[in-house]
Amino acid sequence: MSQTAIEAAEARPSLAVGALLERGTGYLLLLAVAAFAVWHLVATPAAFFTTLVVGINQGALYALIALGYTLVYGIIELINFSHGDLFMLASVLSGFLMVSAFGATAATTGAFLALIATLVLAMIFGAALNTTAERVAYRRLRRAPKLAPLITAVGLSFVYQWGGIKSNGSGQRNWDTILGSSGFTVLNVKVPWSMIVVTAVTVPLLLGLNWVIQKTRQGKAMRATAQDQDAARLMGIDVDRTISLTFALGGAMAGAAGLLYLQTFGTTRYDAGFQLGLIAFTAAVLGGIGNLNGAVLGGVLIGLVQALNDRFGLGVAYSQTVVFTILILLMVFKPEGILGKPTTEKV
Amino acid sequence: MTVNSGAAPTGREGGDNLLAVEDLHVYYGNIAAVKGVSLHVKQGEIVTLIGSNGAGKSTTLRTISGLLRPKKGTLTYDGQNLATMRGDKIVGAGICHSPEGRRIFPRMTVEENLDLGAFLRNDKAEIAADKERVLELFPRLRERITQKAGTMSGGEQQMLAVARALMGQPKLLLLDEPSMGLAPVLVDLIFDTIKTIRDQGTTVLLVEQNALAALRVADYAYVLESGALKLTGPARELAKNDEVVSAYLGG
Ligand SMILES: Nc1ncnc2c1ncn2[C@@H]1O[C@H](COP(=O)(O)OP(=O)(O)OP(=O)(O)O)[C@@H](O)[C@H]1O
Ligand SMILES: [Mg+2]
Repeated sequence: MSQTAIEAAEARPSLAVGALLERGTGYLLLLAVAAFAVWHLVATPAAFFTTLVVGINQGALYALIALGYTLVYGIIELINFSHGDLFMLASVLSGFLMVSAFGATAATTGAFLALIATLVLAMIFGAALNTTAERVAYRRLRRAPKLAPLITAVGLSFVYQWGGIKSNGSGQRNWDTILGSSGFTVLNVKVPWSMIVVTAVTVPLLLGLNWVIQKTRQGKAMRATAQDQDAARLMGIDVDRTISLTFALGGAMAGAAGLLYLQTFGTTRYDAGFQLGLIAFTAAVLGGIGNLNGAVLGGVLIGLVQALNDRFGLGVAYSQTVVFTILILLMVFKPEGILGKPTTEKV
Repeated sequence: MTVNSGAAPTGREGGDNLLAVEDLHVYYGNIAAVKGVSLHVKQGEIVTLIGSNGAGKSTTLRTISGLLRPKKGTLTYDGQNLATMRGDKIVGAGICHSPEGRRIFPRMTVEENLDLGAFLRNDKAEIAADKERVLELFPRLRERITQKAGTMSGGEQQMLAVARALMGQPKLLLLDEPSMGLAPVLVDLIFDTIKTIRDQGTTVLLVEQNALAALRVADYAYVLESGALKLTGPARELAKNDEVVSAYLGG
């Protein structure tokens, strides 16, 4: 009789059954997706792998952008809504640098050197713009209610888009790329050269970022700051500089993504960052916001799911629907994301 | 020296203090948490700051280590003005703070936490020696060196917080309720350790709820109430003071 309502509810076995059902549904869904993929793998292997290649290319771009969201969220719990637009500006800058400045529009040795130079410049641009935004806007709002920096980020997003319209025009603008849509075929699997370039740039960047965060002094400072800012200060960590560095790293990744995006698709638009940013943000949440490996995993997964859907599933028209349905399902069954810990896991 | 009331001069205002806090006022927004506190810590001393909940003890420590900035008053440490010094420079100057509530890095291992305590140092060999020394002081931490700090018991985390502060090679160690949440034997261990730390040459400013134990190890004590000094005096004298006994020692 002395049992409280809560204790009574906990004692009811039906709750365990409910949890089991939930988890079961989750696993069933996963199994269904896996079965769908395997079926196409067996039925049309060449088409399947061609699709995987497309998915990885796209997924790598999502991953690079998602890292910027997750890094910043991890350290100051801000969803940096302008991050996608920063990526867009970097894609426009890459166009001007590659085509207008270096005249790199065909696959020559010089063009590849230009690509490397543009990569460096786009990364510096992304880092500089992101740290400037932090220094000018977010820093003074650090102790303000959470909504203030969020609204600021939305505002910055419009400012960046305005910059995109001014520089790239108000419509779709095509830029020549060095590789076009050319590629090669192995075992009937079509591999575009752009995918090779994207992978060749993305993988070292990810490894480098991981090294910085896990092994360097600054990386340690970032992880400590993410876990407890005041405690980090008491260790003698310069928290302001550490947060700046985090924005710089995220911005640099978005800068690289801008160039790779342009070289993959040969076109960009002032609102390209809105679409991609939203999906990259989804990827970060899917992987577990604040978790770096999660962001990469989420990005690649969404890239793959989109590619599979576009080719074998409901078609391009339903691409976003499928992605966000998956996100919603995951949020219901595992709200902390794939690699996120139930407690808020950060950097 | 005897017990003084309120903000009366204590006779410790002279020049040879490692830390001199004069007429400190600290605010949270519009709310005054510390209202005119002066305290002095001499090289090699254990000085304790006691008082009831909300008296402003932690606020005072947080202002010394630069987490908060004073509205008024001066903080002089080793001839330097702490009020305008950057937080990392304060740590670099040898002030290490084991904060209230432990504040260890929960998703890092014990060892990573200790290494972060030595964040500003470059002397690899000496860091290793200091790590050895603190693991000697707290053998429990050695057993748990690869464990994620957040998964340790409250008492173990408290030891880690003190050990981490020691890794900064402090000249002045600020301890905020180091005995909180510890079993009685561990409380004794912590206070013995504080004495050991002082004997090894570190000056200690200790904030404690456990006033009796604090007055036993300390040389000098300040009693804070509602943000202002209520009593000051040698710890031994204060431990016998009627007011202190009835208010803080449960006499
Ligand atoms: N972040 C804050 N914002 C507003 N007021 C605060 C804040 N921190 C502390 N205070 C107030 O300042 C006063 C002093 O707090 P402080 O933490 O220094 O007390 P304390 O002496 O350390 O108490 P305790 O023994 O409970 O730890 C209290 O009235 C408290 O409510
Ligand atoms: Mg306190």
